Amino acid sequence: MSNFAKTFSSSLGKKLVMALTGLFLCTFLIVHLIGNLQLFKDDSGQAFNAYAYFMTHFTPIKVVSYLLYSSIIIHAVYALIISAGNKKARPIGYAVQVGNQNSPWTSRNMGILGTILLVFIVVHMGDFWWKYHNAELPYAKYEISLDNPNDIRVSELAYDANLLVHSEVTDLQARIRIVISKDLYKIVNNSFQTWWYVVLYLISMAALSFHLIHGFRSAFQTIGWDNSRFLPLVRFIGIWVFGVLVPLAFAAMPLYFFFK
Amino acid sequence: MNLTLKVWRQKNADTKGKFVTYQADHVSPDMSFLEMLDVVNEDLTKKGDDPIHFDHDCREGICGSCSLHINGRPHGPKQGITTCQLHMRSFNDKDTIVIEPWRAEAFPVIKDLAVDRSAFDRIQTAGGFISVNTGGVPDANAIAIPKVVADEAFNSATCIGCGACVAACKNASAMLFVSAKVSQLALLPQGQPERYRRVQAMVAQMDAEGFGSCTNTGACEAECPKEISITNIARMNRDYFTAKLIKQEE
Repeated sequence: MSNFAKTFSSSLGKKLVMALTGLFLCTFLIVHLIGNLQLFKDDSGQAFNAYAYFMTHFTPIKVVSYLLYSSIIIHAVYALIISAGNKKARPIGYAVQVGNQNSPWTSRNMGILGTILLVFIVVHMGDFWWKYHNAELPYAKYEISLDNPNDIRVSELAYDANLLVHSEVTDLQARIRIVISKDLYKIVNNSFQTWWYVVLYLISMAALSFHLIHGFRSAFQTIGWDNSRFLPLVRFIGIWVFGVLVPLAFAAMPLYFFFK
Repeated sequence: MNLTLKVWRQKNADTKGKFVTYQADHVSPDMSFLEMLDVVNEDLTKKGDDPIHFDHDCREGICGSCSLHINGRPHGPKQGITTCQLHMRSFNDKDTIVIEPWRAEAFPVIKDLAVDRSAFDRIQTAGGFISVNTGGVPDANAIAIPKVVADEAFNSATCIGCGACVAACKNASAMLFVSAKVSQLALLPQGQPERYRRVQAMVAQMDAEGFGSCTNTGACEAECPKEISITNIARMNRDYFTAKLIKQEE
């Protein structure tokens, strides 16, 4: 085995893989969140659909997206390998063990929280990512006034295999810009009309919160970050940005469509 | 005090163990936990029964021999002390106390509550030392070491190798022990020549012994009788990755 392979098969190396993939997924969450804020725009989804097109057809982002998919898989597979090793390290358990007296609940349940998140990712990608790429979605036709960009008339077009995913035409005579795009916004809107689907998202975002409250700062510890000056900042970001702000903002999306 | 003890009894490493309940009556609150067990054992011996086996030596919290998992926590309910420093006044009359050995694949039970912790010795032998040729005693002030660094190294060096970190960890990981032993030398000038070889050798031995991985729960730090910080773990990780991924092979 090469030195490199040996490093990543050691207990510390496996944890480094967990930390690095985990932190990469954290940075993705920020990007995903900022992009998804388009959902809150009151433009019948024009901005969101344009954003969805950009994210799926801009080459650098496509490259990063494959890095992202592999990170999710590696993070999950390594978690399984490490957990199996940990189980083997204590074949006979204690009759009494009071973990709540020496460690936070989140830190002891990363596996369960991660499993909830993995199920969520599969459902979430199946319903939006897969459908956007493969299903015969209807199109939305936006007629946007060039004089007043807030004046948008929207109409629905049926699925047409000959239509591009996204196209734009500017009609200077009529002073309008016509944008036709695959209507992911409609799918999002329709999905979040079902109460149990909204609940599934809320549970998953709670799991995300607990997973990251421990996970974010834990990743820094694993990498070997012990700078006492910046450690409080890492803790603060872990709890307030990734544990509170990000999950709350994501949870607001299904709630927004449900109550709209 | 009258207490009910549920004690793990196991003849040897190859047999299956089980809990046996004992009644400990007229226990003085001033007794240490081990003295209480001594009294119970005296009764057992008088009755012709096999006394409960447990590890102990100095009985003043510095040798790291005692190793009891008491009511779900290594070294019992108090913080920053070993089992021998735990007193019966920490319990209430008529309490039931569950006493188990350290549970880890790398710490096989020898008998009853005594476990084999020689895995720790093998980790130390793998690299937890500095190589110094014998000769004249160097001048004590020849190498200047800042007080904060010396203190930090000393804090790491207070590890008594009792194994409570492994016992407390949900993964039976030895990271706190190994990182303390790595750090006490990595922090000091004398430890530098072998710094990166040491960390690799000790981690390799730790993995070979079958300890689990670190989830950063902090349970080890909370249960360590010497209150050794998990900062040591971050330091060891950094040294290990530096050694493996950045430094040239020594």
